[in-house]
Amino acid sequence: MIEFISQSWTWWFSGAVISVVMFTLLFFGQSFGFSSNLRTICSAAGLGNSVSFFNFNWKTQIWNLVFLVGAVLGGFISGTVLKNDQPVQISDATITDLGKLGFSAPVSIQPDELFSLESVLSLKGFLLLSIGGLMVGFGSRYAGGCTSGHAISGLSDLQIPSLIAVIGFFVGGLMMTHLLFPLIFSH
Amino acid sequence: MKFIKFLITGIFFGIVMAKSEAISWYRIQEMFRFQAFHMYGIIGVAVIMGVIGVWIIKKFKLRDYHGNPIVFYPKDKSMIRYIAGGIIFGMGWALSGACPGPMVVNIGYGYYAMAIVFLFAIIGTYLYGLIKDKLPH
Repeated sequence: MIEFISQSWTWWFSGAVISVVMFTLLFFGQSFGFSSNLRTICSAAGLGNSVSFFNFNWKTQIWNLVFLVGAVLGGFISGTVLKNDQPVQISDATITDLGKLGFSAPVSIQPDELFSLESVLSLKGFLLLSIGGLMVGFGSRYAGGCTSGHAISGLSDLQIPSLIAVIGFFVGGLMMTHLLFPLIFSH
Repeated sequence: MKFIKFLITGIFFGIVMAKSEAISWYRIQEMFRFQAFHMYGIIGVAVIMGVIGVWIIKKFKLRDYHGNPIVFYPKDKSMIRYIAGGIIFGMGWALSGACPGPMVVNIGYGYYAMAIVFLFAIIGTYLYGLIKDKLPH
């Protein structure tokens, strides 16, 4: 059984489970939107005293912070009990493209070129991760949501604003991948 | 104890994100290069099931477990914030290979470098709060 679950999950099953997560939160009287946690953390840290955007009753959002802790635990379970040692089975075309940028073929689920201790301790490696995080945090709040809030919850409710946001996500992702990656990772 | 159900739902979320490989930087690259169906399949199935489920909730006026109606709030009708914010988010997503959920799932999985990404995502949200009144929405 454990071995069966430990395999990588196929796309249709994964998509179905994500949808079940969304409906479970709706049934519990909440909604599925992960990036709200970033704002909640700022508020809980007391930043609402100086910046009004963080001045709200964050305690109503504790349920989402608990969900976040659950997500960390789910990651931990996946990285231990349910771990399989197969590298990510990405397409050959992607392996070739990434090879040209200096990335070797996957041996796990994340590239050492970005997430190893050695890379993190280099100036460039640190800057790439921090700028990436900064843009995700800034952009998700500016756009009013992230992949869960807009792409899953918003599109499920056929919200036009969410469709615009998701198109924006893709325009940004394509720009980064096809225009900036060749400059950032040229060698 | 009233929060335990959210903890368990979160655990499910973390496991599906990890086991579907949606937390992998490689998978996000593959998606933005249109070289596999995998990520589109995941998001597509979630959205199609979501559309059907939300339609059923509205049609039959279903209630949550407290007995309150399940309501959906329309998002602000504007353009600039979704386009500009969306593009900035997408650039960060492609670079770090993770949106906020997968960041913390990665930390749990053992990719501690993702904690830097997550910390800076919090800082990014703070910066937005700081200058939001000066930004076009």
